[in-house]
Amino acid sequence: MSPTVAVLDYGFGNVRSALRAAEHVGATAILSSDFDTCLNADGLIIPGVGAYAACMQGIDRVRGGAIIDARMVASRPVLGICVGMQIMFEQGIEHGITTRGLGQWPGTVDQLVAPIVPHMGWNNVVPPDSSSLFAGVESELFYFVHSYAVQEWVMTDTDPYQHPPTVTWSDYGAPFIAAVENGPLSAVQFHPEKSGEAGLTLINNWVGTLT
Amino acid sequence: MTLAARVIACLDVDAGRVVKGVNFVDLVDAGDPIELASMYGAAGIDELVFLDITASSSDRETTLELVRRSADQVFIPVTVGGGIRSIEDIDALLRAGADKVSINTAAIARPELLREAAQRFGSQCIVLSLDARRESGQPSGFGVTTHGGRESAGLDAVQWAQSAADFGVGEILLNSMDADGTKAGFDLELIKAVRGAVNIPIIASGGAGVPSDFVAAINAGAQAVLAASIFHFGEVSIAQVKSALKADSIPVRESTRLVS
Repeated sequence: MSPTVAVLDYGFGNVRSALRAAEHVGATAILSSDFDTCLNADGLIIPGVGAYAACMQGIDRVRGGAIIDARMVASRPVLGICVGMQIMFEQGIEHGITTRGLGQWPGTVDQLVAPIVPHMGWNNVVPPDSSSLFAGVESELFYFVHSYAVQEWVMTDTDPYQHPPTVTWSDYGAPFIAAVENGPLSAVQFHPEKSGEAGLTLINNWVGTLT
Repeated sequence: MTLAARVIACLDVDAGRVVKGVNFVDLVDAGDPIELASMYGAAGIDELVFLDITASSSDRETTLELVRRSADQVFIPVTVGGGIRSIEDIDALLRAGADKVSINTAAIARPELLREAAQRFGSQCIVLSLDARRESGQPSGFGVTTHGGRESAGLDAVQWAQSAADFGVGEILLNSMDADGTKAGFDLELIKAVRGAVNIPIIASGGAGVPSDFVAAINAGAQAVLAASIFHFGEVSIAQVKSALKADSIPVRESTRLVS
């Protein structure tokens, strides 16, 4: 039986592409904001584009934080995409305004400093050997479109995390975090649903971990 | 940084059909935008632009359906432009699955639309489409045109690009109406002039004839290069463009086939 993937419907993100990409690799995908549906699906995708503060308001409206917390307790996979990754961190700073995030990971989302912003286009990533998300596509390019990113990984080895995080970096003006794999919680700054065959492979890798 | 230069194909669409002709072998239906989009995806195109030249608003639903079908089958970024006049138009296209929308005439008529759109949907998905032409009366020597280059908007092109960036657009699709259709190369002076005024990405458009033209446009300061008919008629392939860029030490995305 194919795994079910819920895409959290909170008013942000290119949900259509996320749904079709999950279906393309064999999942049964549904768009939902229903608490139980999102809690019980084999996998949950948190999409997201636009402003951090607006996305957090949307997440709060559908109790997205509580859904993710509950899934973490049950070790059920969650994949955040773009702003859906950024909100997993403690806070985001956009236009000088600090917005609280979900705080699954320590760290701050801040403005990219580069000659040309947004960072728009296909860029490479540097996944560590421990990555399963990037298996087979370690050398591929992925499609990014963002002006903000997490540029410092502040979690220490002594933090009491059950699953040691696998952090994948990219570089645009300065290094920033392109992906994190941390037990059931994974997130990517780029858009795998827009990254052609490489992106579909990554989504396939993630769907392959669902039961 | 190894951000790749983007190679973009533009498809002109009227009432859901590709017009201006596309001349490829192996196409079941040369007018079907989805079949063309899939083919370009397989050929290694980095991004697609659908330019909706539909005159009547009653055909807008046809365009939305096209965008939906495209998002269902083509997993690369898609920009939709043409006839976008309001926040509601943008919302409908993004919901249908467009990644970005390009705004042209409506922004000239009411520049605040750019600010409202960028605030509502995020800079990353709002593109200013700027049809520029050499115009001696403008400070930069380049003016903004409307109606496919036939009429002057009475604006300086470089200043307009700068204003749009200040309003929050995330990218400029810079069309040279002088170079368009000539196949004599992109207008490099235009690219340099706009590059000097804004720090957002520029897509160079108009005038591409041979692979080395694309290299010159990137070296002039564009982050992406767009062409239409020379790709559609197979005069220049995506692979040839990428080879030329790569030979000039410009990073590109090599096309891959990973998932069956």
